[in-house]
Amino acid sequence: MSWAENHLVIAPIVLPLFAGAVMLALGGERRRNINAMLNIAVSLALIAISIMLLRDADAVPGGISNVYRLGDWPVPFAIVLVLDRLSAMMLLLTSVLAAAAAVFSLARWHRAGVNFHPLFQFLLMGLNGAFLTGDLFNLFVFFEVLLAASYGLVLYGSGSVRVMTGMQYIAVNLVASLLFLIGVSLIYGIAGTLNMADLASRIAAIPASDRALLEAGAGILGIAFLVKAGMWPLCFWLPGTYAAVPAPVGSIFAILTKVGVYVVLRLWLLLFGDGAGASAQFGGELLLAGGMATIVFGTIGTLASQDMSRLAAFSVLVSSGTVLAAVGLAQTGVTGGALFYLISSTLGLGAFFLLIELIERGREPGADVLAVTRELYGEEGEEDGAEETGIAIPATIALLGLSFIGCAVVIAGLPPLSGFIAKFAMLSAALQPGAAVPTQAWVFLVILILSGLAALIAMTRAGIRVFWVSEREAPRVRLIEMAPVAVLLLLCVLQTVQAGPVMRFMQATAQSLHAPHDYMRGVLEFSSARKPAGGT
Amino acid sequence: MEIVLALGIGVLAGSGVWLALRPRTFQVIIGLSLLAYAVNLFILAMGRLRTDAAPVLMAKGMGVPAEFADPLPQALVLTAIVISFATTALFLVVIIAARGLTGTDHVDGREPDV
Repeated sequence: MSWAENHLVIAPIVLPLFAGAVMLALGGERRRNINAMLNIAVSLALIAISIMLLRDADAVPGGISNVYRLGDWPVPFAIVLVLDRLSAMMLLLTSVLAAAAAVFSLARWHRAGVNFHPLFQFLLMGLNGAFLTGDLFNLFVFFEVLLAASYGLVLYGSGSVRVMTGMQYIAVNLVASLLFLIGVSLIYGIAGTLNMADLASRIAAIPASDRALLEAGAGILGIAFLVKAGMWPLCFWLPGTYAAVPAPVGSIFAILTKVGVYVVLRLWLLLFGDGAGASAQFGGELLLAGGMATIVFGTIGTLASQDMSRLAAFSVLVSSGTVLAAVGLAQTGVTGGALFYLISSTLGLGAFFLLIELIERGREPGADVLAVTRELYGEEGEEDGAEETGIAIPATIALLGLSFIGCAVVIAGLPPLSGFIAKFAMLSAALQPGAAVPTQAWVFLVILILSGLAALIAMTRAGIRVFWVSEREAPRVRLIEMAPVAVLLLLCVLQTVQAGPVMRFMQATAQSLHAPHDYMRGVLEFSSARKPAGGT
Repeated sequence: MEIVLALGIGVLAGSGVWLALRPRTFQVIIGLSLLAYAVNLFILAMGRLRTDAAPVLMAKGMGVPAEFADPLPQALVLTAIVISFATTALFLVVIIAARGLTGTDHVDGREPDV
């Protein structure tokens, strides 16, 4: 492995950190255009880097293509970054969404407040770090980085609604972070290690007298992640917050809940897989039941939503509930389908959050918010001028309607697009032919199909209310606002057309997730097999 | 010593939870700070309570690890203190902004109907 290949894995963390720092040093607001260009350049570079990392990870049979030791200390003692299929996939998803949201923000939102671009870069740094790290406490640190940036972005654009929901969001996340710390320190107190692979290898050997404490620690840790993933009954903060944030922020926040889901996927399958002795499958029923309750709650929420942003927020809940419940079934095939679903639903929701802003533009509520923002920052002239000079796309309503249908089809999981393939993959794996189908799989099937139906009803109703009204003038939409939505939806189409290779990749990912021994051996022996001079 | 520390953590955490569930923003932030103190003490306790043990290796050579206090939780506590301090400060700013925008210090942004 060459020098560059070895160090590429830390680039997704270091690059946004430096970019954010440079933006702040440049003087933030005075050089907004330079910052905007830098933001887009870094987001595009991150896409390229994560594609390279993904190819690396997929080329290795065991799935772990690189274990990057910070400071070059031997493995259990210091922090490592671990690159495997799952983390590479999440990196790519993050950078794609980030690039779309960054381009979208250029049209108007990055002028609505201060320091949009640096905050955005720090959010990316936290996200990428959380996906790459192989150490529990380091995970906490990256969680805090991404949360601190997200606090700034939730409040971005100000206005009393955002400040109130932002305050509740911050309070909930501060409590969740404290729970995270309690869980981590309990686990350290019992197992004596914070390295995930090392921890997983020690779990089976924990004496029975200490096992209850370890499981308590893991449970508390789980609560902290499930708050972030939005599992019912820990999700009441989510709809209000997500409905209030600006569109590009909402789009990137679509992946914020997936961080919680990612950690559950990684840690639960690693720590409490079949190799965990007496603790195997600890909390699995809870994950399944909680995930299904989340789907039900989110579904009711989508049906009850009056405006589109709340509809999108509740769809986020349905999406993370589906993945959690599928993970709770603990079958390799279902997990593979769930990963496919995770990608497709996150792309669809990201596009939907951006689209809502465009659709609502000609209507009253959105206009109110913008008016408030404008008043606060006194930028009426600039805002209007920018709108006049923008190239208006012909047949705007037709394009918006088409994108809306695309989002609805992906989110509801209807046949032509990737959402359907994802749901089909999960269900066909859950109902394996030849074997007796457990009751919970039937319940999961019914809930999943009903939630799809409800999403369809809710989206259709919202669409009729917005698109089929007579006297309304077409909103002015610029090309750089429409393009990100189109690209995200085209990626869903691409995922459908290339469903074979993508699904093969997802199944390989699921297999390595369900084989924690490979991960442990990969991380613990990767470094000892190599020469200690790897960091030079 | 164990009982003193355990009582301390318990009282801090109990008061913190109570205050964090109160309806006024000032109570919430004090509650969160108290909870953070309780958690910091708890992390320290997870490194086992030792008196008169050196925190890091002093002389040359490895020595016997059992003679030293566990330095890792102390490092974790430092990180946790910094992070909770910073986020609490940020929260304070948001609370002041909310007070200014809504004219009330209730967490819902309006006074409850009596």
